Amino acid sequence: MGLHWLIALLIVAGFYLGWIMTDIPGFTPTKLKYFSWHKWMGVTVFVLAVIRLAWRLTHRAPEMPPGMAPLQKLAAEAAHVFLYVLMLVIPVTGYLYSSAAGIQVVYLGIVPLPTLIGPDAALKVMLRIVHIWLNYTLLALVIVHVLAALKHHFIDRDGLLARMIPFLK
Amino acid sequence: MKTPFLRWILAATALTSLCLGVAHAQVDTSKSTVTATSKQMNVPVDGTFKKFTAQLNFDPAKPAAGSAKLSIDTASYDLGDESYNQQVRGKEWFDAAQFPNATFVSSAIAPAGGNQFKVSGTLTIKGKSENVTVPVTVAQQGTTQSFDGALPIKRSQFDIGTGEWKDTSVVADEVVIKFHIVAAKK
Repeated sequence: MGLHWLIALLIVAGFYLGWIMTDIPGFTPTKLKYFSWHKWMGVTVFVLAVIRLAWRLTHRAPEMPPGMAPLQKLAAEAAHVFLYVLMLVIPVTGYLYSSAAGIQVVYLGIVPLPTLIGPDAALKVMLRIVHIWLNYTLLALVIVHVLAALKHHFIDRDGLLARMIPFLK
Repeated sequence: MKTPFLRWILAATALTSLCLGVAHAQVDTSKSTVTATSKQMNVPVDGTFKKFTAQLNFDPAKPAAGSAKLSIDTASYDLGDESYNQQVRGKEWFDAAQFPNATFVSSAIAPAGGNQFKVSGTLTIKGKSENVTVPVTVAQQGTTQSFDGALPIKRSQFDIGTGEWKDTSVVADEVVIKFHIVAAKK
């Protein structure tokens, strides 16, 4: 649960930074700082998502609340799988985009991470588009995820949200 | 009468360059590179100067008699992204319109053991001059000679990155200029 909220916070912050940093015209110190922070957040999300996935694979996820229709359960399951995939794939596309642009990622300004691909102008353009559109997909999915959680809380009143926010009980 | 006269001039010039200029090794700029690596939030960022000229006169047996002169077109600095390149040509960085060339003119060359030499001279960037000494490795390959070296400089000494760019926590003060010059052996 702690991991869920930590990742959620980083995704929101990373998304927001990605949104505003690309709107800064030209080349400013603030822009460079935002780019670095954005990359560090992405790397962190990736690592935390891997840990979370490892946890999910070795531990049984709590049962879904009773009274959910099979189709609803399937939709929830699919949405969660999709979320995990994006949590892993989006940082990877961003990372490769940076590599293709010829800019290494140095985590927290301390740990130089390997550049997996060399500078490549065509790939750079493509990865940029992929990275952006996967993020829009994530945004849509997060909205669905939040709306579904709110529906469970206010309409179904099945106490599902209280599992993730204990003081709601 | 104009044409023969011109011919004489040309012949005389050619002869003079043969006598004086024979010492100049022919620099192969297509095989030579001059780069500057800065650190941006601790990330090394390489840029290449696409245009430069070099005049070298160097005999490893007589290093003290040698000389080197480099002129680098600051507008040709390529970071791999045109919008960044444009920015770097601007007033806050190279101010390429005002200072189109950065130059290095050697004043002394001293042997430093083996194929190493210490080249001292004046480095001028953006109108600011500094005396520098750079260790250079000389290698002979068949009919060519190559000169390799790296010179760390402080960008603040040359006013490279003014205004909000003075903040060295984003772009570090130290920039390393690396060169690989290939010339025909005379």
